[in-house]
Amino acid sequence: MTKSDLIARLAARYPQLVAKDADFAVKTILDAMAESLARGQRIEIRGFGSFGLNYRPPRVGRNPKSGEKVHVPEKHVPHFKAGKELRDRVDARLNEEAAARLAAPRVASADMAVAGN
Amino acid sequence: MEDPTTTERLPAAADAASAQTLTKAELADLLFEKVGLNKREAKDMVETFFEEIRTALENGSSVKLSGFGNFQLRDKPQRPGRNPKTGEEIPITARRVVTFHASQKLKSMVEAHYGGGSSDL
Repeated sequence: MTKSDLIARLAARYPQLVAKDADFAVKTILDAMAESLARGQRIEIRGFGSFGLNYRPPRVGRNPKSGEKVHVPEKHVPHFKAGKELRDRVDARLNEEAAARLAAPRVASADMAVAGN
Repeated sequence: MEDPTTTERLPAAADAASAQTLTKAELADLLFEKVGLNKREAKDMVETFFEEIRTALENGSSVKLSGFGNFQLRDKPQRPGRNPKTGEEIPITARRVVTFHASQKLKSMVEAHYGGGSSDL
């Protein structure tokens, strides 16, 4: 799903709004989130997850081509931790898929067994 | 003369907390102010925004928000683990997890504010 897919889905769910509003709403939310992180402010969305910054201390790295030592300065990188509801929903689907595979063994695995013999 | 109620009414602790963290309430306020949705629509829209992303991920699709970042799915195989309290060995079952990769634009925005001289990429 891309940003334009997301905008289209929101526009479809809110027929009372003009499509331009869904577009502007998505951009407003994403801009606010990006600006918060840039200011070092955390984002906490209950049931979805939290965003913050992780600190990376300065270190001596190497240019992989020349083997030369280079100083890599300290930096802050954005970090996301999925919330419980998101974690559970994503994982539940994996378990459903696994159960479905066990219930209906695929022909492909039978073919592979023959090829292996 | 200053109106004393404007300063008195602000609960200092709550104000400090909201300055630290962005939540759905602040996002809804922005949609109300900037997009002109009414309060109810704004609150719903924020909720739906995150729900659509959750649903896409739940259905196994990655979500790519250009300029912000990508949410991707990783299937992890079962691996051996330990109960840290008892030391007992227990398998950590196979699972699907969500990972987020910030876009180059978001990383540069963070660096520009935080990184000192390293922002002029």
